[in-house]
Amino acid sequence: MVNPFTKAELERYSRHLIIPEFNLEGQRKLKEAHVLVIGSGGLGSPMLMYLAAAGVGHIGIVDFDVIEDHNLQRQVLFGVDQVGASKAQSAKDRILALNPHIEVTVHETRITSENALELIEQYDVVADGTDNFPTRYLVNDACVLAGKTNVYASIYRFEGQCSVFNYPRPDGTRGPNYRDLFPSPPPPGLVPSCSEGGVIGVLPGILGSLQALEVIKVISGVGDVLDGRLFLFDAATFGTRTLKVRPNAKNPLTGENPTQTELIDYEMFCGLGGAPKEERPVKEITPVELDALCKKGEAPVLIDVREPYEFAIAEMGGVLMPVESVPERVAEIPKNRPVVIHCRSGVRSARIIRMLEDEHGYANLLNLKGGILAWQEDVDPSLARY
Amino acid sequence: MNSIIIPTPLRKFTGGTGLFESPADSVKGLLDDLVASHEGLRPHLFDNDGDLRSFIRVYVGDEDIHELDGTATRLTPGTEVSIIPAIAGGIS
Repeated sequence: MVNPFTKAELERYSRHLIIPEFNLEGQRKLKEAHVLVIGSGGLGSPMLMYLAAAGVGHIGIVDFDVIEDHNLQRQVLFGVDQVGASKAQSAKDRILALNPHIEVTVHETRITSENALELIEQYDVVADGTDNFPTRYLVNDACVLAGKTNVYASIYRFEGQCSVFNYPRPDGTRGPNYRDLFPSPPPPGLVPSCSEGGVIGVLPGILGSLQALEVIKVISGVGDVLDGRLFLFDAATFGTRTLKVRPNAKNPLTGENPTQTELIDYEMFCGLGGAPKEERPVKEITPVELDALCKKGEAPVLIDVREPYEFAIAEMGGVLMPVESVPERVAEIPKNRPVVIHCRSGVRSARIIRMLEDEHGYANLLNLKGGILAWQEDVDPSLARY
Repeated sequence: MNSIIIPTPLRKFTGGTGLFESPADSVKGLLDDLVASHEGLRPHLFDNDGDLRSFIRVYVGDEDIHELDGTATRLTPGTEVSIIPAIAGGIS
């Protein structure tokens, strides 16, 4: 076997090279591998660091986003000096500083049904570190159609999942994919997004590291990869489970009656696209108008329907009445004078206003347009955004 | 007793609890007891026909109930049942 490594590389990777079953051959496979990491956030941060440190020779990074303050709680690739900068480019700079013996390609774009196959075809293995259902299904389907292994991890609050999908087996078939586990996504709103649900910062560090491990195992062929298995981790209880994932006859790509042979519109598929559901508009007041009323001494009653843990981050003087508690506290809401209801961005408060109008006959309710986020932007910049 | 592990996204319908116990000896009995105790869970687990929703998986031990006898799967005392939801993540 030709030794493709320089002296500096041999020394750098020596702790891999002296693992008997990994050795120079495993390291050579890493050096020759092309891995596409989709998302350079919470999962992508540790994944990119470890893949680079381990010597994966060609790493592609897909991310269209810029770094924000609230990313730094878990996205350890980045520092305060990079807030506002491109994630993908900053990630590239960081991992090249860690290992100059590798090549890194930045794809500063959103992965879509139009570009996914072209992107993925340039790589051997895909690692999905994205954060929403449309992209999860898109990456899965593109990997199945392009014949690539998809190393998957997902997180929510204290809970993490990891698996290896569409893994090539010795008999020429491929292991189960995400659609075998979940043929279709939950309807929007049923599972809160991360910005609503939150995530404990270390959790993506753990799951992203597991993803890096599985990528390295897939490339090197060392160990048993999480093919046909779903690993679950509950950070709150330290509970771990490993469940079997079986082929699903209803899988639209690889099931008994495949109905899908190309990528589709994943926003529509996940119920997020198309015409928004017609909901009756509610009367609104802007933060600037509300501020003017308060300054004139005509402050309306202000009710805050967020959760107590949101109230603790930032509040604007309203009576805290979390959404779930409103039905039993209706008597506290006057009908004979103006009442402004607010939440974080104005969606929950509008829903509550419709409920109060429909079920309790209110006609004096105003929704704070844009919620406390808009109030922070237009009236009180001293409040923290979240 | 048998137990069922409630995943984080559904715990807001169980008052925050992650574990439910019942003497029921089938998956259906256990799920019925669970939603009877936490009525808010019902629409998230079952469709209008009473079938399990497609984005929820139920496991007995490490095996999907589809590979066993579905919701009719019998449980021996001490069996751990898991509800596995689709989660998308939170990196942004």
